[in-house]
Amino acid sequence: MISVSINGTARQLADSTSVAALVEEMGLAGKRIALERNGEIVPRSSFPSQQLADGDKLEVVIAVGGG
Amino acid sequence: MNDKLVIAGKSYNSRLLVGTGKYKDFAETKAAVEASGAEIITIAIRRSNIGQNPGEPSLLEILPPARYTLLPNTAGCYSAEDAVRTLRLARELLDGHTLVKLEVLGDPQSLYPNVIETIAAAKTLVAEGFQVMVYTSDDPIIAKQLEDIGCVAIMPLASLIGSGMGILNPWNLQLITERVQVPVIVDAGVGTASDAAIAMELGCAGVLMNTAIAGAQQPVLMASAMKQAVEAGRSAFLAGRMPKKLYSASPSSPTAGIIGSTRN
Repeated sequence: MISVSINGTARQLADSTSVAALVEEMGLAGKRIALERNGEIVPRSSFPSQQLADGDKLEVVIAVGGG
Repeated sequence: MNDKLVIAGKSYNSRLLVGTGKYKDFAETKAAVEASGAEIITIAIRRSNIGQNPGEPSLLEILPPARYTLLPNTAGCYSAEDAVRTLRLARELLDGHTLVKLEVLGDPQSLYPNVIETIAAAKTLVAEGFQVMVYTSDDPIIAKQLEDIGCVAIMPLASLIGSGMGILNPWNLQLITERVQVPVIVDAGVGTASDAAIAMELGCAGVLMNTAIAGAQQPVLMASAMKQAVEAGRSAFLAGRMPKKLYSASPSSPTAGIIGSTRN
């Protein structure tokens, strides 16, 4: 298992989980999101190829109402 | 009349820009945005739910990017670093979209802009290819510096964000419109339709507002009032108002032929 932080919440994941698999698991596949891994943007096109590692810090964002 | 608002080379018919926050639900957001006639709509970037709320409706489903020019903001950012990071995420979220609203705030009580951090963020964003519409104070020197950095619109406050206090320093706004070549858009402080009209009469290129509409008793009706006010103010600016005079020596009706006249 690996331990990652997603939007400030700790989460245990199976080894060699891809970003795409995590997004799928969170029910966000196909949704308009943007994802940052350890401060770097992960383009949607690389979701399948990027494997998460122990200690990764992820931010997942969406558009909301604002002024 | 061909009087378009041009920002970063793109033309818009509406000079009213609106935010999408503080509405009671998405249906009201959509109705107010439609009534406002706005083409440029601000949005915020926030952490997504991470599985705890599947099927949550998305703002972009009711305000599709194909129909509106979405303007992601950096509301809630207090440093240049956070603002830049937020807008990089926004660019990814919106498929490479580069038109953004930069705001770096100074403190949570006043939400007054921190112009030092704003300038630092603007430099980085412009260097990274963003088209930056920048929220700032009504300081004409800072406004000019932000233009010189390469911002595509300067957006001074009329009064504090969400205050509805109206235009507290029309003279400063006028100084800015006279010094800056890119569009000057009043952002923040408008409370009611007359405020929007005054901003336009001063020569501003547009007005951006959120709370003035969302915080009205009837937001959709206020959105429509704001649309008309911005149009009326713009027309009055283009028409050129009559000079103000303490006394009028020239009545609107003929001075001759008054009944009972003893003069002729």
